[in-house]
Formats: sequence, C-alpha cells, structure tokens
Amino acid sequence: MAYKIVASQCTSCSACEAECPNVAISEKNGTFVINPKKCTECIGHFDIPQCVAVCPVDNTCVIDTSYPRYQPSA
Amino acid sequence: MDDSHSFDAYQSEPAALDDIMQKIAEHKGCGTTGGSGKASCGSGAGEGDMPADIWEKVKNHPCYSEEAHHHYARMHVAVAPACNIQCNYCNRKYDCANESRPGVVSEKLTPEQAAKKVLAVASAIPQMTVLGIAGPGDPLANPGKTFRTFELISEAAPDIKLCLSTNGLALPDHVETIKRFNVDHVTITINMTDPDIGAEIYPWVFWKHKRVTGKEAAKILTDRQLQGLEMLTANGILCKVNSVMIPGINDDHLVTVNREVKSRGAFLHNIMPLISAPEHGTVFGLNGQRGPSAQELKALQDSCEGEMNMMRHCRQCRADAVGLLGEDRSAEFTTDKIMEMDVNYDLTARQAYQEKVEEERLAKVAARNAELETLAGENADLSILVAVATKGSGRINEHFGHATEFQIYELSSAGAKFVGHRRVDLYCQGGYGEEDALETVIRAINDCTAVFVAKIGHCPKDDLIKAGIDPVDQYAYEFIEQSAIAYFKDYLAKVKSGEIAHVTRGDADIRQGAFVPVNA
Ligand code: SF4
Ligand code: SF4
Ligand code: SF4
Repeated sequence: MAYKIVASQCTSCSACEAECPNVAISEKNGTFVINPKKCTECIGHFDIPQCVAVCPVDNTCVIDTSYPRYQPSA
Repeated sequence: MDDSHSFDAYQSEPAALDDIMQKIAEHKGCGTTGGSGKASCGSGAGEGDMPADIWEKVKNHPCYSEEAHHHYARMHVAVAPACNIQCNYCNRKYDCANESRPGVVSEKLTPEQAAKKVLAVASAIPQMTVLGIAGPGDPLANPGKTFRTFELISEAAPDIKLCLSTNGLALPDHVETIKRFNVDHVTITINMTDPDIGAEIYPWVFWKHKRVTGKEAAKILTDRQLQGLEMLTANGILCKVNSVMIPGINDDHLVTVNREVKSRGAFLHNIMPLISAPEHGTVFGLNGQRGPSAQELKALQDSCEGEMNMMRHCRQCRADAVGLLGEDRSAEFTTDKIMEMDVNYDLTARQAYQEKVEEERLAKVAARNAELETLAGENADLSILVAVATKGSGRINEHFGHATEFQIYELSSAGAKFVGHRRVDLYCQGGYGEEDALETVIRAINDCTAVFVAKIGHCPKDDLIKAGIDPVDQYAYEFIEQSAIAYFKDYLAKVKSGEIAHVTRGDADIRQGAFVPVNA
C-alpha cells in the first residue's frame, strides 16, 4: 500500500513534503500529492508515516488500498 | 500564521523611550560605555533601563517601538507555510485564525518572489524598514525557505532589518544561522512554562519524527523555547516574547511566564488577547473558549509592567500585511502586480525620506514635553482613558466615522501613556449582527472618558455624550500626546471646580479577528 493525500482536505502547507524520507511528496497544481511508486509507508525509516504525523488536518494523509502493501526488499 | 508568534509590537513607556531618543539626538549616542555595558539613558521616567544598544536597534522598528509605529512601516512575507506543532487557537485549514481573516488565504510566495516583493514595497514606501517572516506556519519549520529569503534580501536591500517569529520548537537548532544572517529581532511565542497548562493549549508537537501529545509535548516545547531564548540573548540577538492570554487557562500563569522570560534576557513581552470565534474553526473557537475583555487584558499587562517592558500596540496583523501598522496595503502588492513591476531600489531616496520622518518625530517629542511641564505639580490620583482617531504620524487626524480603530491613552499627572488599540473594523462580522455601527464603536471604547477626532457629525456626537463619552474635536490635526495632556489639565481643573464630576468608566470589548482596515 501507499499513502495518498485527500486533495479537498489539504491546506497545501507543505509540512509533509519536507518530512517524507523518500521524497515521494511534491506540489502539483497548488496541492500536494504522493507518488505511490516512491511511498514506502515509511517502513524501515520510522514507526509512523511522517506525512500522517505532521499533517495539521486529520484524515488527510490516508492509506491508498489500491496498492499492495509495501515489502521492504533486502 | 500564528498571531501569536507574529512579530508585532511592543511599547515600553513612551516617555522613557522619548527621553532616550532625545538624548541620542542631542549628543549622538548617549554614553554606551557603562561598566555593565548597559548604559541607561533613561531619566527617572518609568523603567528607562533599555540599554542604548538595544534602543538603537528598536527605535525605528514599528513593531517594537510604540513611538516608531506611527512613522515606520513593516511588511511580512508568507514563505513558510509548514508548522511543527499544533495550537488550539490555530486552524491551519484557513490560515492561522489569529492572523488572517478566515477564508482569506495569504498568498504563499517563493523566496525569489518574496525578495522581489520586498524591493517593490521598499521602493514604493520609503518608510518601510522592517521585513518579518512569521508564517503562516513556523519560519523555522521551513528553514530553507526562510533563510533563502533573508539571504536574497540582505544582498539586494542591506538597510532592511530582518526579523522572524517562531513557536520555538526548532529554535535551538537555528541560532547559529540566525546570527549569520544578522537577524536582529526574534519573537518567540511562549504561552506557558508549566506543562500542565501547556497540555491544554497544544494538542501535539512533531518531535524527532513522532507526534507527541499531552504534557510530554508541552514539556518538550517549553524546554526548547526557553533554551532557544537563552541562546539568542547570550548571542546578543534581541528577543521578544509573545503570549496569548487565554482566560481560565493561562491568564494567571502569564505573570510567571513574564518573570521566566525576563530572567532569560527577553527585552519585551507582548501579551495578546486570544481571538476565538466559532467561525474560525479553531479548537478554542469551537469549544467556546472566550477571549479576555479589554479590562482583563489591561490588568494583566499592568501587573507585568513592573517586571519588564510591555508591548501594547500590537495589532495582531495579517501574515502578509504591508505598510504602517493599522494600514494594509497588501492589495497593491499582489504577486501578479509585483512580477510586472520595474523595481528601482534607491537607498539614498529612502534615507532622505527617513531623515524627514526623524525631524517630525523630534518636533512631536518636544511639543509633548513642553505640555508635560505645565502639568508638573498637579498630583491628582485620578486617571482616565481617552480614545484617539488617527491615521498616523502621532496626530489626531482621522474623522470619527472613518476610523477603523482607536488608539487608547491613559492620562494621569504622569502624562499621556499609550495603552492599546481598539478596533472597530468589521464589527458586524464579529458576531454583533445588525447592531448599529455607532453602538459597536461605543462598546469598543466604553471605558474611555473622551474620544479625540479630527471631525465628527452631530448625531454621533449626541449619542456619544449620552453614553458618557466626551467627543473632542478642538485638537484636530494636533499632536496626540500634547493635546491629551492639555485636555487632561482642563479636565482636572473642571473636576476641582466642581463643573464636572469624575466618574469611573466601565469595561470594553475587544474585537475578534485579524485587523482588516476598511480600505483593504
Ligand atoms: S508514508 Fe512516509 S514514505 Fe509515504 S508519503 Fe508519507 S512520509 Fe512519504
Ligand atoms: S501536511 Fe497535510 S495539509 Fe500540509 S501539504 Fe501535506 S497533506 Fe497537505
Ligand atoms: S499551529 Fe503553528 S502556525 Fe498555528 S499558531 Fe501554532 S505555531 Fe503558529
């Protein structure tokens, strides 16, 4: 799985962008988006997804179930 | 951005500041070589113990010097939207509730856009002397953007002073950089030093890659804030503390905060009223937490006064405010307009303009002091508050009906002392419904004995008199303090002769929301 940002909730504050260990988050047309290919759910880096922890609006960074669970390789 | 850590204003005893100011003018920098390195230029007036080197730094700073804010302008640029903590008085979904009108999102700028904006504004407004980065968000949670902006501006416009406001969580990590960029003022918002109280103000902090909540979060925050403050003052960087007064939560505790920050070298303390209306969508707004009344705020500020300089002219301005305090010219400088502007930054023209401003200032101080002398010997214990309609320059130069705010002065045998602002802008949206505009003005200055205006119509005059407030237009376009002292002398004489009876006035309202002048 990966995380995704609920665009309608996002304040575009950019707090998540700086915290993502995989540089998976970027600004697109005034809101922030997560590149699911780069998102590792922070597994192997931190106990909790950094975007979720730092986002000021609850339930804005959420699990995107359309992707399989991230498997740390090696 | 957070009001709270908005860089705004303070005032110390204007009398003491002016004394220092005058002495500097008389003999070019009063002896700064006191043994302690902290020469005092103040005569006996008030605390008067602001060291000369600090006074040099603040005298033209509209946010730090009550006196200067009539003459000099500041601007904020919003380059730092991310934040690393959450405050219960902030709803970042709509910007910080204390700084911007809900729904009005400040324009976010890149450092390059911000630098261009600063040059454009400084060219158009020669009295613009200070640039602040305060949010929305926390400048130090966005160190890259914040310091890049400072770098660009210090290269292009070296005469502009830089300041930043922070919640303090990341501060200790950045003191070295702050020093390197020659930032001369830092404001830290400190609302508590007691984690039990902090837990009621801060739901969480983002710390070491975790979201920490409750008392533990508050403990981390207060430790970092106080450590940052100590590091700044040890490095000779001017440090002001902002506190938000939240009745029932930290109101009594702020006297302790005042002591703690003073002992760590903060040079000013700005206690601001909580702004919380349900429509701002903040936790406090939604759970009905009220803000203080004018009297409660003044009482707390007064009780801290002996401890250190208190700032009273803070207007909790917007994060993208431009211009003199109490004026907002941000609409003239939107990103689109700036990017098209041809900017010609002329340092010499700016300096020439500022010299004229200094002349006007000295004339004002002289007029005030001359008037004050005639008050010597009067020793009535009585003091009154008066409201003044002004557009700036320290003069009574605004029509009653056009005023979006009033300046409040306390008059006593010690002279005229500025004690705050009362806003009357957008009162209707402030939750007072269809109420008549005049009634809202009266509510805002109901603790005043008189209101000084440049002009006033017959109807409001009669209504003010009915409400017990004396409408005074005889000092139109004169200096505020000089006129106020003259009025007070007259008042004392009339009380003495029995012509009028002195009555104690009631309490007044503090308007909710960020300052939005009518012409904005
Ligand atoms: S969960 Fe972690 S890796 Fe994925 S976007 Fe959020 S911060 Fe980046
Ligand atoms: S932290 Fe939340 S609100 Fe801020 S940009 Fe990221 S998703 Fe949007
Ligand atoms: S949450 Fe952040 S941006 Fe809002 S008031 Fe608090 S410190 Fe300022």
